[in-house]
Amino acid sequence: MKESVQYKIFKVFNAFILLVIVFCTLYPFLNVIAQSFSSEAFINAGQVSLLPKGFNIETYKTVTQDKMFWINYKNTVVYTVVGTAISMFLTIIFAYALSKRRLAGRRFFTVFAVFTMFFNGGLIPNYVLINSIGFDNTMWAIVIPGAISIYNMLIMKSFFENMPEELEEAASIDGLNTYGILLRIVLPLSKAVVATMILFYAVGHWNSWFPAFLYLDQKELFPVTIYLRNLIAGVTGGQSAGATSADNLTQISANIKSVTMVLTILPILTIYPFVQKYFVSGVMLGSVK
Amino acid sequence: MKKSKFAIIGVSLKKDWQLYSLLILPIIYLLIFKYGPMIGNVIAFRRFMPGGNIYGEEWVGLHYFKMFINDPTFWNVFTNTLLIGGLTLLFCFPMPIIFALLLNEVKGKKFKKFVQTASYLPHFLSIVIVAGMILQLTAVNGSINNIVEFFTGEKINFIQQAEWFRTIYITSEIWQGMGWGAILYLAALTTIDDSLYEAAKIDGANRWKQTLHITIPGILPTIITLLILNIGSFMAVGFEKILLLYNPLNYETSDVISTYLYRVGLESSNFSYATAIGLFESLIGLVLVLSANGISRKLTERSLW
Repeated sequence: MKESVQYKIFKVFNAFILLVIVFCTLYPFLNVIAQSFSSEAFINAGQVSLLPKGFNIETYKTVTQDKMFWINYKNTVVYTVVGTAISMFLTIIFAYALSKRRLAGRRFFTVFAVFTMFFNGGLIPNYVLINSIGFDNTMWAIVIPGAISIYNMLIMKSFFENMPEELEEAASIDGLNTYGILLRIVLPLSKAVVATMILFYAVGHWNSWFPAFLYLDQKELFPVTIYLRNLIAGVTGGQSAGATSADNLTQISANIKSVTMVLTILPILTIYPFVQKYFVSGVMLGSVK
Repeated sequence: MKKSKFAIIGVSLKKDWQLYSLLILPIIYLLIFKYGPMIGNVIAFRRFMPGGNIYGEEWVGLHYFKMFINDPTFWNVFTNTLLIGGLTLLFCFPMPIIFALLLNEVKGKKFKKFVQTASYLPHFLSIVIVAGMILQLTAVNGSINNIVEFFTGEKINFIQQAEWFRTIYITSEIWQGMGWGAILYLAALTTIDDSLYEAAKIDGANRWKQTLHITIPGILPTIITLLILNIGSFMAVGFEKILLLYNPLNYETSDVISTYLYRVGLESSNFSYATAIGLFESLIGLVLVLSANGISRKLTERSLW
């Protein structure tokens, strides 16, 4: 059957719209990169859009010579690694136990977990709790309270549920206990879902700023997102909290902000093309249920 | 009968104690960090003193709830929350569907992949970066003002003018979420049986009719599921983003329940009052998700649980 003329016109039009969407999506990135290499004068004159003007890399030198930037950058790496490890450990053992149909009380525990997706304690009770158990100004306030994502746990649980039971039965006849089965049989067969979850958690930790903003007030403990947030909000000195009042906005040069943004997104931009297909499959996995 | 139930649990505990041992840490985690703060909500009904008992000092009944009912700022932020939530639902919810449908018409695999890859990217950024980009683009000397100036000859200080806040917020939400939001719909689209399209073609349906009668009904279950979830998070408008973007000059339109709660609670240390506001907000959220789910179960026989 031949395509109608209208449909052909539509297809051209459609491709055009999609290209416009792509351009709009990428523009902010390109703009930040262009500004990071431009001189302040051209930025202030509003002349930098897609290409750098008054090319300079001095700002990169300035930012990368700031010790605090690297201390905060290192903190982000540490929080991401430690946080992801804790999250993965808890998520795997939780999902594995709940995936077993023979577990009496399985339904109760699942509902117990899922309920927390729809109702939570709220900002203040959480704040009071974290401070009262002494997590404030420690890494634990950042990596523990959000450790398990119930959504991720459910994806993992349904993945484990679809594994052939005979495998585990055979392993248990061969003398492996539950821990052994999980470690040596189930996990090696779940590389895809494990990798996806690691990515989800790692990106989450890398991007997180609010817990650090709430619970940390020593500069040396800040993740790089807080360093950046303070630049953007125009906060100088040791202040961590405080309103972004209009009068102290834009005191720090747009140039420095752009450079810091580029350096902060760089790891994500670098690995993104290689890992994005895993993210997609992870979301698909979740949608099967 | 009760005895035998306990006996069953006893037997399975004995046989599967290793499996149960795996549950211990996650359950403790949930009890402390999820259910603990839920119980912590009692300070909405009790007077809380910083440094004192974390569950407050004395019962004051509905004192703090009466306080926000009589608080004009509360009603202002309540209205803002409803407006921003409503606009988000109205504009941000359909976009991924439209985007997925447009993308579905693309036959070239490489082009499709390129568009998709680019569209997911904003989803992976920290909200701090997103806020930074928004401020940069909407700045007086930013790119958007270059276009505005070209057409009108004047520049607009977007972020300091309250009437622009909602537009900035909604547009950036679309920018961030459209591509990623389309994934689930694209997945649903691949499950539609090709023979349905063949049959429709033979019946003389053009591409538009096919979309209307096959494609859209095919992804309807996904649409409904996501709609329920979106309605459930109606009140939880982008707290972090607003916190990063708002300033006293745009409070009039940008201040929402959660940011007000943040200021009342953490900047003015009125913990009990802020908790009352928060509890009210989460209860509305819970009621919304339960009702959306209930209505959907009645009308379409589809529900989350």
